Amino acid sequence: MLKETHQAEIDDILSRYPVKRSALLPLLYLAQRAQGYVTEPAMQEIAGILKLTPPQVYETATFYTMLNLKPVGKFHIQVCKSLMCALVGSDTLIAWIDTKLGIRPGATTADKLFTLSAVECLAACGTAPMMQINDDYYERLTEDKLDRILADLRQTGASSLKTGPFMWPEPSGAKS
Amino acid sequence: MPTYEPILLKNMQQPGYGGSLADYERTGGYQALRKVVGKVSPSDVTAVVMKSGLRGRGGAGFPTGVKWGFLPKDYQGPRYLCCNADESEPGTFKDRQLIERDPHQLIEGIVIACYAIGAASSYIYIRGEFVLGAKILEQAIAEARATGYVGKNILGSNVTIDVWVHRGAGAYICGEETALLESLEGKRGLPRVKPPFPATHGLYNKPTVVNNVETLANLPHIMTRGAEWFASIGSPPKSTGTRVFCVSGHVARPGNYDVPMGITFRELIYDQAGGMRSDKKLKAFIPGGASAPFLTPDHLDVKLDFESVAQAGSMLGSGGVTVMEEGTDMVWAALRLMEFFYHESCGKCSPCREGSSWLVQVMRRIVNKRGQMSDLETLTDLCKNIAGRTVCAFGDAEVAPIMSTLKHWRHEYVTLIHAAETANLIRPEAVGRH
Ligand SMILES: Cc1cc2nc3c(=O)[nH]c(=O)nc-3n(C[C@H](O)[C@H](O)[C@H](O)COP(=O)(O)O)c2cc1C
Ligand code: SF4
Ligand code: FES
Repeated sequence: MLKETHQAEIDDILSRYPVKRSALLPLLYLAQRAQGYVTEPAMQEIAGILKLTPPQVYETATFYTMLNLKPVGKFHIQVCKSLMCALVGSDTLIAWIDTKLGIRPGATTADKLFTLSAVECLAACGTAPMMQINDDYYERLTEDKLDRILADLRQTGASSLKTGPFMWPEPSGAKS
Repeated sequence: MPTYEPILLKNMQQPGYGGSLADYERTGGYQALRKVVGKVSPSDVTAVVMKSGLRGRGGAGFPTGVKWGFLPKDYQGPRYLCCNADESEPGTFKDRQLIERDPHQLIEGIVIACYAIGAASSYIYIRGEFVLGAKILEQAIAEARATGYVGKNILGSNVTIDVWVHRGAGAYICGEETALLESLEGKRGLPRVKPPFPATHGLYNKPTVVNNVETLANLPHIMTRGAEWFASIGSPPKSTGTRVFCVSGHVARPGNYDVPMGITFRELIYDQAGGMRSDKKLKAFIPGGASAPFLTPDHLDVKLDFESVAQAGSMLGSGGVTVMEEGTDMVWAALRLMEFFYHESCGKCSPCREGSSWLVQVMRRIVNKRGQMSDLETLTDLCKNIAGRTVCAFGDAEVAPIMSTLKHWRHEYVTLIHAAETANLIRPEAVGRH
């Protein structure tokens, strides 16, 4: 139960809004963080907290692509495939991932480590091709960088090749 | 090549600038807030913003001071400011930089706007994928609150203004202001039918202003340096100030450029962004994000201001300039954008929901060399029946790529269709296929 494990955070979220229902997305995020995806019992509990019906919660939850109603791999790779990225190689990036991990968009590796999605613009069009893995952005990707990122994630669960705080181009004088 | 004084990217371009409160104060940050809150009357602040000529940077270019002026004067209940940080128009990546590199510039702008419109609470609606940006904002707000720039009784002025970060969860349409409000209320992000406008019936049905990140980030500079200063920059009187243009695609130096409105596309693309990435020539460019009709090399001397780009048959939109080189398949490019719109249509109204699906199917057929000449009419008909007939401006936006590529590169569609017809001659099973 979220209430037992996250009471302080729930109270903090509720204190930000004059109307309770506004806390719905933040609470769904909280549930997703706690359990990896948004489970049905969590949605029922959230409905209780916000005095909503479970269908009201479900209706909102299903609208937003970032809320996973099913489990995803430990690392969710999202490659932007919108035009600006496609102009400079996002389809190639997707193909590399397919070669290296054997998954196409929508699929998860057998060991449940990686899920691949092709997504729409992530506001990194000037530093394409790019991908987001869980919370982190990886930009200006090359095949070599991709290899290092995947190796880092397998070994340590994190990669120092993640980007941000974002600025591009970097001011003259700074190295790229 | 001429150089310009940046406004919004100036701090972050200083060596060692990390965007902390101390860094920001060292560059003169929060002086505008000190000067304004509790000292200048809110209506005078609005008057300065009106005089500066500042227009919204989110896409529609509506004059900011005028928008603030629409809030009911005598209304006693709460009012709200929502900062639109949803940034999901393909080709646009400036708000992300403004947030991650100089969060206090935005927060100061938000507090000034709240003060001007009489809002005690504001929400920064930030797209869900900007996890880092949301964290940076939360930390910056905490710093500002601890110093007395945000929260109760700001700097002893008796004025209370709170700022909260609210994360979206992956839906382009939530950048549309009324969908944003629905989403912030915990509902599906479906645009509302307007009127009534947010100015009277916004968040929780209360008077509300929605402004873009870049719009708000300009306010501290306008309040410190004055309306006349701001109005003298750019392409006055109608397009004042600089814009952070996001250049992407086949250029040598893609990225964000903070330059006065009114410079030409040629200057932005060839001087600022370093020209083309190879010796292939420029074939096409999109001047203002995915919703803006494509332009051609003939338009390179058009000025980057609201009026000039509109006159050229497109729009300055979100300031996302995407450059395409010779060899780019324009039908393929239009399809990519159409797939975006199809994916992001919220489904509330049928011309957009059904039309986008149909458009994608026809475009795929043409690109896959299975099209026929009548498909071109179908495309035009569909587009005409979507634009102007929908609940929100998404409907006008989604037809832009197809309509404009059909206008300038119709021969590429025709070539693909001829290829299909030739193939059909040797592929009898495909004849009559739709
Ligand atoms: C489909 C659609 C998507 C939009 N997306 C954004 C967005 O991501 N960010 C933004 O600031 N404005 C966006 N807008 C414009 C907003 O509706 C609104 O005009 C803007 O936030 C107002 O702020 P401004 O006056 O400061 O520009 C979008 C509009 C439409 C129709
Ligand atoms: S035009 Fe499209 S996005 Fe806008 S309300 Fe209608 S269905 Fe939704
Ligand atoms: S098009 Fe890929 S990040 Fe914008």
